Amino acid sequence: MRILGLSAFYHDSAAALVEDGVVTAAAQEERFTRRKHDSGFPIHAIEYCLEAAGTDLGGIDHVVFYDKPFLKFERLLETYLAFAPRGFASFRVAMPVWLREKLFQKDLLGKKLVALAPDFDVKGQLLFAEHHLSHAASAFFPSPFEEAVVLTMDGVGEWTTTSVAIGRGKDLEVVKEIHFPHSLGLLYSAITYYTGFRVNSGEYKVMGLAPYGEPKYARTLLDNVIDLKPDGSFRLDQAYFEYCTGLRMTSRKFHDLFGRPPRRPDRDPLEPFHMDMAASVQAVTEEAMLRLARALAAEYGIPNLCLAGGVALNCVGNGRVLRDGAFENLWIQPAAGDAGGALGAALAAAHLHLETPRRVTPGKDAMRGSYLGPAFGQTDIEARLTAAGARFRVLDETATIDATARALADGKAVGWMQGRMEFGPRALGGRSILGDPRSPTMQKTLNLKVKYRESFRPFAPSVRREDVAEWFELDADSPYMLLVAGVRAERRREMTPEEEALFGIDKLNVPRSDIPAVTHVDYSARIQTVRADTHPRYHALLTRFKELTGCPVLVNTSFNVRGEPIVCTPEDAFRCFMGTELDMLVAGDCLLLKEDQDPALGRDYKSAFALD
Amino acid sequence: MSFLGELWDFLKERKKFWLLPIIVMMVLFGGLLVLSQGSAVAPFIYTVF
Repeated sequence: MRILGLSAFYHDSAAALVEDGVVTAAAQEERFTRRKHDSGFPIHAIEYCLEAAGTDLGGIDHVVFYDKPFLKFERLLETYLAFAPRGFASFRVAMPVWLREKLFQKDLLGKKLVALAPDFDVKGQLLFAEHHLSHAASAFFPSPFEEAVVLTMDGVGEWTTTSVAIGRGKDLEVVKEIHFPHSLGLLYSAITYYTGFRVNSGEYKVMGLAPYGEPKYARTLLDNVIDLKPDGSFRLDQAYFEYCTGLRMTSRKFHDLFGRPPRRPDRDPLEPFHMDMAASVQAVTEEAMLRLARALAAEYGIPNLCLAGGVALNCVGNGRVLRDGAFENLWIQPAAGDAGGALGAALAAAHLHLETPRRVTPGKDAMRGSYLGPAFGQTDIEARLTAAGARFRVLDETATIDATARALADGKAVGWMQGRMEFGPRALGGRSILGDPRSPTMQKTLNLKVKYRESFRPFAPSVRREDVAEWFELDADSPYMLLVAGVRAERRREMTPEEEALFGIDKLNVPRSDIPAVTHVDYSARIQTVRADTHPRYHALLTRFKELTGCPVLVNTSFNVRGEPIVCTPEDAFRCFMGTELDMLVAGDCLLLKEDQDPALGRDYKSAFALD
Repeated sequence: MSFLGELWDFLKERKKFWLLPIIVMMVLFGGLLVLSQGSAVAPFIYTVF
């Protein structure tokens, strides 16, 4: 039984394939079209999934869409009605989009699918899963648990913004929901907007900015804006927001409360006030997550918790939930955002609708390390690189790993393209840029010469699973870079008061530990643990690097520049390599040095992508 | 036409027949908006829509 899950038309379109209850392929459309957060019909991702299964759409039993458009339209109408006539400005922008396109999504999907397979039966084969059920299914079914509490939190789906479900075996039942407009995700997005970042993509920048500030306004938020109950449920005072009625997130009353208007990203500088706002919303979000987790642990007495939804990408909050210990075990869907909804929709159809049995391997999840995207064989990589004009050497596997580890130990920035592409927002050693975390200049080099991104943003470490506890205050799996924990005390270096007063790259550049390139200003790190059985080649590289340097940690950041989707093909990797100051590219067993390449193939890469 | 049938089924399932006159009014009004403007561009806060 083959089921294809789709997410599309809002943000992060994706397709995922589930065969007999097992996830076999998944990819985001943006990786193929090279448009960040592409929301179009995911035709390329679908074609990839079908190719990976060696079939066409005729070989697919069901296609499942990840949310229910009519329910969303119902919410929209009822919201406009509740706020009328205040929402007219929003109404006149939203209605044409809905009346032209979104209301007819089933027809649209049907037509696209029939174009792919003329005998596709839209009525019988096309299914729809609710948005939060899709998230919950993506969090529970691939998890290593037979039984778990499943908590999903995001901006909004149809009506639901937060849901609790109980998963047992192949069953999953939603037991509680919090509805729009009360939403933790939208609160976070509102502060993202208020601090001058882009809604739906700048939230992780707010999270990265938070450690620079003090949560001075958390009390103000809790006293006025969000009514947070002891069990973690909450209500937002809508007088402070405009997302129901206008085209802005926050209202004049919100701006009056904090004494200033939203920051204009192109004109106003980032000030300590914005860092304090970021720290405050982060503190409130963490408090809500902690209260929810504690209340659910006490109510259901189940030791396992699964998380999904955009808020579950808040790895700082996830780390606190884990350390708090209300639940013994925590598993987070790596594609926690809407792209993962495609996977969840397919899994929900498999287990809940078609009653496919679920196989659980204790201690091992079913996401295959999230390496679910396209892979390229060695011959294919060589042919593609040659066609692109690249000059390279081909080594055997041991020599490739040795040469890469030596280059890293020499302080080189390396593009690393190996095996299947990751599904979800993080690069996990399949399409990564790697560097030496011990180097005090690596952070600066990567931020300014390779990634071209804001100076305040830190990098994340990959570490061998067997070594994680020696370097970080964590002794658990974090294969998807979704947990934040501190660098161990004996590896830290205290900062002087003068150093504490610095900001941005200046503060980030002060060495704070033995691995300064991956240590944030609060000594935290967003950790990826690497196991030999999930990604043997990346594990072997970490091992060789440890043999050379004594350090089993590498800087791992996504293989792209700011505003660009992560690279997918060898050609994408080569273009990014030539457009940035990366020193080396390792694609399969092909080794490319920058000095060997034809400089004419380089281009102005920095301005090739709209900034996010 | 299948669209109208599905919309009817949806209202029946959700027991929200009271939405029907509002939908008719909004569709008429929204239709006017569609006719009176050249292109439909999704607003930037698209989570809400």
